[in-house]
Amino acid sequence: MPVTLKPVETYRDDFTFRNSAEAIARFPFPFPEDSYMYSVNIEPATAGAPGSVFEHWFDIDEHYRSEMAERARVLERDPDRCLVMPHMQQAGWDAVEMLMTHLATDYPEWFELERDGERWLWRNHALDLCQRFTFGDPASLPCEPLEYITRQVQGDFAMLDQRDGNLWMDAGMITCPADWSIKFDAGMSFTQWHSPVPMAHQLGVFDRALKYLMNIQVDQPVRRLNWTLTVNPRLDTSSETFHEWGGERAQVSAENVAQRVHLRVELQFMPRLPRSNALLFGIRTYLISLEELASNPAWACRLHRVLRDLPEAIADYKGMTLYRQTVVDWLRQFDPQARAA
Amino acid sequence: MTAALEVQVAGICQLTPVVREFTLVPVDGILPSFSCGSHVQVHIEAGGRTLRNAYSLLGDPADRDHYRIAVRLQEASRGGSRFMHEQLSVGDRLRLSPPANLFAPHSRARHHVLIAGGIGITPFLSYIAELQAKGASFELHYAYRAGLTDAYLASLRQRLGERLHGYDSLQGQRLDMGRLLARQKLGTHAYVCGPQSLLDCVREQAAMLGWPQSSLHWEAFAAPEPGAAFSVTLTSNGRQIDVPADSSLLETLEAHDVELPNLCRGGVCGQCATGYSSGEVEHRDSYLAPAERATTLMPCVSRGRCGSALTLNL
Ligand code: HEM
Ligand code: FES
Repeated sequence: MPVTLKPVETYRDDFTFRNSAEAIARFPFPFPEDSYMYSVNIEPATAGAPGSVFEHWFDIDEHYRSEMAERARVLERDPDRCLVMPHMQQAGWDAVEMLMTHLATDYPEWFELERDGERWLWRNHALDLCQRFTFGDPASLPCEPLEYITRQVQGDFAMLDQRDGNLWMDAGMITCPADWSIKFDAGMSFTQWHSPVPMAHQLGVFDRALKYLMNIQVDQPVRRLNWTLTVNPRLDTSSETFHEWGGERAQVSAENVAQRVHLRVELQFMPRLPRSNALLFGIRTYLISLEELASNPAWACRLHRVLRDLPEAIADYKGMTLYRQTVVDWLRQFDPQARAA
Repeated sequence: MTAALEVQVAGICQLTPVVREFTLVPVDGILPSFSCGSHVQVHIEAGGRTLRNAYSLLGDPADRDHYRIAVRLQEASRGGSRFMHEQLSVGDRLRLSPPANLFAPHSRARHHVLIAGGIGITPFLSYIAELQAKGASFELHYAYRAGLTDAYLASLRQRLGERLHGYDSLQGQRLDMGRLLARQKLGTHAYVCGPQSLLDCVREQAAMLGWPQSSLHWEAFAAPEPGAAFSVTLTSNGRQIDVPADSSLLETLEAHDVELPNLCRGGVCGQCATGYSSGEVEHRDSYLAPAERATTLMPCVSRGRCGSALTLNL
């Protein structure tokens, strides 16, 4: 079934973002168990059920127009959220090819691609764009190739160069990170940019994950889910804008918790880029308010147990210490065991 | 495992008495793009079993409509290269595992020194296309035997001019590895592909000169060499499998529907690592640390000692 796109909603100021019942039904709830601990939760990204967020490599949903408008707004204020080091030029073209071919194949009602050798014609009906360009010639596009295409695809994208037995964050379009910054992490290795994460290093999670990622082969992508909580449906929780959103954590109360607090899930998708041998790291973010989430009581019950028992170091790292108890208190009503106790 | 690619032989070119080049086109659809230094595994049906030999893709990665590989006829061949030389004809179909790269150039190198011995020239052909397109600084050192393993010499000379340094062993021309490495500036990366003796020589000289390990790269896939017959037992179901003298353990397991992850099939990538609990192993890989060898082996190249029986944790 073709995806229906909603009119533009906002991820800031008046926060008009809401999920439809369909969007709630397909929300990638990330907890397979009642408790959570860091692990090497990577799996081959095989095609998921029709309509699910795992169906296609790059998921386009009802929020497409809103998210693209939000990205444009962030870039207007801060163009450096898109970064491509000179040796990542080719990876940028790889990303253009991968994203355009997959979108045109998976969402033909919204995207069309015609290729005649290196002469390409791209049509995006959702944003009403039409672009003729020469593949491989940056002068034939209005901006950096990575920027051009990722202004039209939901989710953040990092591109990692593989060398010296590590992965290096040498390019990316990062406008909706969960409390980090591409400017700060640029040029860092996998080991370096993960250094703030608690517990996982000691568990050997990162050593094993890195080995796995470096062996990803063309056409055999892998994926994993990561999660945190965000106050208000704000996509841009970048370190650079902390002053705009950090204070909102102190505004959560028993009265507003269900509307204000959102579970934020990242569907991370890692394919090898075939021409450059770089790794693409897609971070597709899904937001759902507790109120929307509780329309599925089983989810609310499980989230209650996960948050109640989450190790303090992880809760601290995820930035929820100030309001975790308020959330747990509200979710308790959905946990029959806890209510009985 | 991803599906194999179906290709058809579109052209064959005998480059020297022992080197043949094959041009492969897709049976339908398009071939996946590849990065320079990539190889494919060719599935070869020879003598009633399937061998999978790894060959570098030697075309320009910018050409999307075909792949090219070159095969040297191996004296001690287990049938793979002989099949490619004597049986395969234009129009025949082949199955390939998709391109994988274990030998990519370093993106931040200021200068690339490519060192090839004989058929080891093949991965550098895609390197050169790429490095030239990028305007990168590089030089090629090519050791060969004139008229036998000097495939591509003439065209490389034309393309590279002074950047090509050739060494003909028939004329006693020698590559002075120590001098070559000693004169390199900081930020240079060296890449070697060729016989084991060449690899050893580069590694030894680099170590003596204190070259950083990370600036030295090598492509080491030799086809697995035959050995003596032995047998293995699988712990999970007690199954016993005989490994003939001219098959690798990995190939024999595959023939018995035991699939293991694998990329290089030459003992370098680490993918096929398998635990064992008893038996005497002849380790032939360049991946495992000595301590690991007591319990782990690489079935793509390593074997049980003659007549020995191994118990595998499979
Ligand atoms: C190359 C792909 C990857 C990129 C670009 C990436 C990037 C990041 C970044 C920027 C952070 C935030 C660190 C900070 O606090 O500044 C992070 C956190 C984290 N990453 Fe990765 N990562 C990658 C792959 C993985 C993989 C494969 C795993 C598998 C276990 C993983 C596990 C984690 C965990 C557990 C956290 C902490 C997240 C949290 O608790 O919210 N990452 N990653
Ligand atoms: S397949 Fe690479 S080490 Fe065995």
